[in-house]
Amino acid sequence: MSTLGTQVGTGDRAWWMRRSFATLLCALAALYTLMPLVWLLFGVTKTLPDLYGSNGFAPSGGFHVLDNIRDLFAQDGGLYGRWLLNTAIYAFGGAAVATLLSVAAGYAFDKFEFRGREKWYGLVIAGVLVPHTAIVVPMYLMMSEIRMTDTMWSVLIPVMVNPFGVYLARAYSSGAIPNELLESARMDGASELRTFFSVGLRLMGPGALTIFLFQFIAIWNNFFLPMVMITNNDLFTLGQGLFTWNTGVGQNPDYTRMVVVGSAVATIPLILLFIPLQRRWRAGLTEGGIK
Amino acid sequence: MASLTSTRTPRGAGGTTRKRRSTVPLLLGPFFVLFAFTYLGPILYAFGLSFFRERFDGIGWDGPKKVFAGFDNYTRALSDAEFLQGVGRVLLYGLVYVPLLIAFAALFALLLDSAVTAFRKTWQTVLFLPHIVPGLIASIVWLYLYTPGLSPLLDGLEVFGWEIDFLHGATVLFSLVNIAVWGNLGFNVVLIFVALQAIPRSTIEAARLDGASESRIGLRIKLPQVMPAMVVATLFTIIGSLQLFTEPYILQASGNSSVSSTWTPNMLSYTAAFQSNDYHYAATVSVLVAVLAGVLSFTVTKLSNRRALR
Repeated sequence: MSTLGTQVGTGDRAWWMRRSFATLLCALAALYTLMPLVWLLFGVTKTLPDLYGSNGFAPSGGFHVLDNIRDLFAQDGGLYGRWLLNTAIYAFGGAAVATLLSVAAGYAFDKFEFRGREKWYGLVIAGVLVPHTAIVVPMYLMMSEIRMTDTMWSVLIPVMVNPFGVYLARAYSSGAIPNELLESARMDGASELRTFFSVGLRLMGPGALTIFLFQFIAIWNNFFLPMVMITNNDLFTLGQGLFTWNTGVGQNPDYTRMVVVGSAVATIPLILLFIPLQRRWRAGLTEGGIK
Repeated sequence: MASLTSTRTPRGAGGTTRKRRSTVPLLLGPFFVLFAFTYLGPILYAFGLSFFRERFDGIGWDGPKKVFAGFDNYTRALSDAEFLQGVGRVLLYGLVYVPLLIAFAALFALLLDSAVTAFRKTWQTVLFLPHIVPGLIASIVWLYLYTPGLSPLLDGLEVFGWEIDFLHGATVLFSLVNIAVWGNLGFNVVLIFVALQAIPRSTIEAARLDGASESRIGLRIKLPQVMPAMVVATLFTIIGSLQLFTEPYILQASGNSSVSSTWTPNMLSYTAAFQSNDYHYAATVSVLVAVLAGVLSFTVTKLSNRRALR
């Protein structure tokens, strides 16, 4: 294949071979990825006996989606709706605050010079590398001293801190905010804080969206933290709730159906929400200098 | 992104910096207050707890007393078979999981970056989907797919005469690796893919004109350039595997697997804290996990810095 001539001659067939092979590999990976999701999706259409009796990768005879969803929200006095709401509060509230704090900190690290800046920054990076679950149990012990556990705050406050977000925000700030623009805002007599909100925050918008989405998913998916902090049914997240149902299958076999339907209801809206946003945050990652 | 550990040269604004410094605490303050509360505080607190233990005096009417224990908790952990086995399992798990995940992520990132592959947008979206699925739900669904009687997958394998017990014995480790690969492949593909897209196209064109094959270009030209992204992916994956909890915990709680309640150090810490109320030991285990993570992160960054100096 060293000369151009051979490439054109036999190249066509070779190219098609390579194309089919590459595409086949991707298709296999996609199949592997979709398999559990397809099982879950078909699970929603099934009755309890169907779940055990019928082929998992095929829809059921009858259509039971609406019954299943109605039962899901009625189970145990409507706990599922409560869990859904809690999870949404943790995820939206936590991600919003985390994003604002990260962006402010990243902006400060990028645009200001101050004593010990890199030392402080080093601390943030150390935070990125600490395994978070190793902190959770000690944090529970610490919070229980001040009677903070088993409150919404015990989950919300920890997820408001995202050191990796600071790292990304610093990169966004240096990439997206020209220093001259800040200068001119300052010339106009705007205060520094005002400049941050009116110029900095606005220009870092796309980056901030990426941080928000990452943190949102991370909180939505977090199981260990609420598991440690919360024992009150009413403050559970979806994950905890589904977990308790799943361990209760021994007493009530119908929990299997509830867990399957509940898992699907917790997952599918999120997937539909995030597919259109995909390109946005991928662009955000590029800007963040992950390259 | 290789700059996770390196420092950036200051390129902030010019002359009137001094006057502006007063804003810095306002911008950094809120983050660092919460950072202190949720990172530094617990770490120091755990460190403190790990040097104490509880002792019951006499018949224990007054409840336990906190007494200084020196390194007792640490010597206890380091001679505790459950802890050591847990560490061993997690390391073995990481040894299987990390290279497997990173290799597959690099492979699919390259395929998605190469014009040879058809329907690239579709594959991208599909592969990323599991990142949005909570680990707990992924674990539950895979648990069903591993459970005889419920799983169409097992029925399918049986047709070929394969009867695999996914939930017991040595296979469990691989079953857990599979859940983690499933959940994290797409995200790591994106990390590497985004880096691949940033390589100047001219470099690749030049190699192509020299007659290099597509796979050669991928391995020899593209991959070395995305080393930093791969190092970051590796680092995150290693830290992630040390934290192993959700997946084995679900399997353990289901009651029909051979996973014990102290299967990983994290599970041991959780069990010590919430089943045995042995807070001091739980804190000690947490400290040891954090130290292990620190040592591994340090090793990986040092090794990669030597290899791919930037």
